[in-house]
Amino acid sequence: MVTIKKNRLGLMGGAAVAALAFAGTAMADIGDNESLVVNGEIEMVIETDPPEHLQGVFDRIYSGWVFRSDETQAMQADDFENPGMIFADQAREAFDTVMGSEGNSCATCHENPESLADVRSTYPVWDEEHGTVQTVELQVNECMTERMGAEPYGYDSQEMRNMSALISSVGRGRIINVAMDGPAQETWEQGREIYYTRYGLLELSCANCHEQNYGNNIRADHLSQGQINAFPAYRLRNAQLNSVHGRFRGCIRDTRAETFAVGSPEFVALELYVATRGNGLTVEGPSIRN
Amino acid sequence: MAENVTPRVRVPREASAGETVSIRTLISHPMESGQRRDSDGNVIPRSIINRFVCTFNGETVVDVTIEPSVSTNPYFQFDAVVPESGTFTFIWYDDDGSVYEETADIAVN
Repeated sequence: MVTIKKNRLGLMGGAAVAALAFAGTAMADIGDNESLVVNGEIEMVIETDPPEHLQGVFDRIYSGWVFRSDETQAMQADDFENPGMIFADQAREAFDTVMGSEGNSCATCHENPESLADVRSTYPVWDEEHGTVQTVELQVNECMTERMGAEPYGYDSQEMRNMSALISSVGRGRIINVAMDGPAQETWEQGREIYYTRYGLLELSCANCHEQNYGNNIRADHLSQGQINAFPAYRLRNAQLNSVHGRFRGCIRDTRAETFAVGSPEFVALELYVATRGNGLTVEGPSIRN
Repeated sequence: MAENVTPRVRVPREASAGETVSIRTLISHPMESGQRRDSDGNVIPRSIINRFVCTFNGETVVDVTIEPSVSTNPYFQFDAVVPESGTFTFIWYDDDGSVYEETADIAVN
């Protein structure tokens, strides 16, 4: 309950004066006194100033962690309590497993997962060689098909989500810094277009919920700012890792629209755009969410 | 045959004599109950961890019989009194005959 009050107060500026009477001290909670330190050593940025392109839109940007209950928040602070880490550990085994016709494993080129610590915080990124924007998942499959001679993982398969969780887990605590200029700009603008387009019978855009109504209730849950810095997310509702594109698909489906496919160019563009909305936050995945 | 079975334990490295410490254990395991059917209607055979034992310097701390209703990735947390420095040994017994073992040392000062 504290979470509800503090979010509503912290985020609805003008209305806060009237609300102060019943919520009192809770307001101080949002970001001010809360902090997320994973395993007692990885410090997360859970709120910060918005990136330049969002100035005037948000006063502050918040990790989705801020919007969760105390119990859910605590699960993410300790790898032993975080079921998402089980899947990351499974990927650690896959990392060392030789796959495909070339006799290579991930470790052949990358030595260990920790050598990929800078990946999650900078992806999606422009790929010069292929002339497209690459997500982490596309990059993994590029390695598998072009350098390992292996069958690619399904974009939203268990193996891929595990690998994505591993790559994210080794980069936790790094500041998100995804480039939106240069050759990626066209894709970025396409992503922004999708973000502000109303879809479905309910005619909702991403912005209707995550920009205009974050902190408010959506049925029994609280809307976040829709940041993707903490993906893949272990969701308590389905007890498994959920990918960014899986989440996009779920949101658009909930507007009662035909969704784009996971791994589609539209979702890659949207992922690039949404990722840049979180520039300044830290990599958190695998995180715990409702 | 269960795959990707990984035991994990969390035991404090140090304690004072006679102190009660909290021990956490987790083993990743599908814990297939034997009650479910696959898409062809065939029963998916039971495959669970059926017993979990923790000992300290050879003395039993807990000995747990696990039944099919226990969910995926069984997690046990319990307290133990530590009289002296020593080693906790954790053993999980799988339906398929596999035995998974993990140890953790604790120093009493």
